[in-house]
Amino acid sequence: MAENAAHTVKSFDEDIAQLRAVITRMGGLCETQIADAVDALVARNVEAAARVVEQDKRMDALETEAEALALRIIALRAPLADDLREVVAAMKIAGVMERIGDYAKNIAKRTPVVAQSQPIGPAVIVPEMARAVIEIIRDTLDAFVDRDAEKALAILQRDQQVDEYYNSLFRALLTFMMENPNTITPSTHLLFVAKNLERIGDHATSVAEMVHFTATGQRPAERPKTDSTSSVYTPH
Amino acid sequence: MNTAAGSPVPKMTARNVNVFYGQKQAIKDVSIDVSREHVTAFIGPSGCGKSTFLRCLNRMNDTVDGARVEGRIELDGQDIYASVMDVVQLRARVGMVFQKPNPFPKSIYENVAYGPRLHGLARSRADMDEIVESALRRAGLWDEVKDRLGESGTAMSGGQQQRLCIARAIAVDPEVILMDEPCSALDPIATARIEELIDELRGRYAIVIVTHNMQQAARVSQKTAFFHLGTLVEYDDTSAIFTNPKATRTKDYITGRYG
Ligand SMILES: Nc1ncnc2c1ncn2[C@@H]1O[C@H](COP(=O)(O)OP(=O)(O)OP(=O)(O)O)[C@@H](O)[C@H]1O
Ligand SMILES: [Mg+2]
Repeated sequence: MAENAAHTVKSFDEDIAQLRAVITRMGGLCETQIADAVDALVARNVEAAARVVEQDKRMDALETEAEALALRIIALRAPLADDLREVVAAMKIAGVMERIGDYAKNIAKRTPVVAQSQPIGPAVIVPEMARAVIEIIRDTLDAFVDRDAEKALAILQRDQQVDEYYNSLFRALLTFMMENPNTITPSTHLLFVAKNLERIGDHATSVAEMVHFTATGQRPAERPKTDSTSSVYTPH
Repeated sequence: MNTAAGSPVPKMTARNVNVFYGQKQAIKDVSIDVSREHVTAFIGPSGCGKSTFLRCLNRMNDTVDGARVEGRIELDGQDIYASVMDVVQLRARVGMVFQKPNPFPKSIYENVAYGPRLHGLARSRADMDEIVESALRRAGLWDEVKDRLGESGTAMSGGQQQRLCIARAIAVDPEVILMDEPCSALDPIATARIEELIDELRGRYAIVIVTHNMQQAARVSQKTAFFHLGTLVEYDDTSAIFTNPKATRTKDYITGRYG
């Protein structure tokens, strides 16, 4: 990705840097929120889960901040070309990050129920799946800050990996529930957790698409789906 | 070089145009089509040759000492630099509005009537009254001046003077209107009225506007040409130029990274 020259008006660069910093902070917060929510779930730590729910307010505040900054840049700087694309993308990305935060919060909210029941074998896949999702978010944010189209494009392929985790967890849980009908309630909650992570993966991937558009002005080509499981059983 | 204006029949075409002031070359091998369907904006840093090139389109450079134009420029397929071309006639067909409003020190009426009289477009006083009224109406000025047509054109506000100059340009029913930074001396309201006027005139005349205001170019034009150091760097749909320009030089200029 070609490095951009500085703007003649230096405060314009400062505004853009500030907006990027807020988006980066939102991305960082997404990563911790997902990791903490899944840790709390696995550790059956209800207090830790409650802290995740509490932390989500910071995400909302950051989204408001990003929106205000973007609006100010549009009003005062009248950005054009890649600057315009970046500001608009930043505003959209902030919205998506906020949604990702909601999913993390939703995972945390299920911890008390899951904590009350016996351990569920297939749950071991959840932290692995969460790790894959977090890495996608991290790399997407790096690509955003660097306006790196190549990196964004490479990320698009990785959503499949998350879908595969979901599909295998889905099947494992189905079998587990049939064999242990008394675990249907916690298993269902776990299934929703996996679905949340799968949705987060989709959102993160859509952010990667926005990053690609910001960098090139082009939408990337359609991305593939291997298995229909993750798109058919949508609990929302 | 991309010269396609995306229009079936161009109103004006320029091919391999070079312009020199003495030894100094101000325009280098510029080829471009201008269509009647669109407003075309010329943008670029100061001194890149926008005004010079604009002046080629109605041979205003003929009046500039030491200026020499090479290449071919056609209006409806006719070579405007051909010896048979009547320059006075050409400038009636290709009108011009300048940066600083320059009404004649005459009445508002006479300012507008001057061109049509020169070209014998009115057979009677009533004819002329009609031409003057219609030009002032199309320029969005009629309601403001209809009761003071005898007053001096120079005793108006800057924005009114500029609209008077536009009325003067359209009174001879031109085919092309060239505008060189027509709003640079105007406040936002007067500017908005001129932009609205340009939008209303679109389709009836081929309009080319030189502007330093990127937002203005984006607002009023459908095609934008970016000039740099005498060359035409990029010519494309305005929306493409301002959201996703192809050339780095264009991008650096419109995003404020130039120089
Ligand atoms: N009458 C002239 N005699 C000699 N050189 C000239 C003349 N007019 C313009 N030039 C030169 O030709 C080049 C192009 O000038 P031109 O006025 O066309 O630029 P421009 O793009 O319209 O700039 P601006 O945005 O400042 O109006 C400049 O280097 C200028 O100095
Ligand atoms: Mg000029």
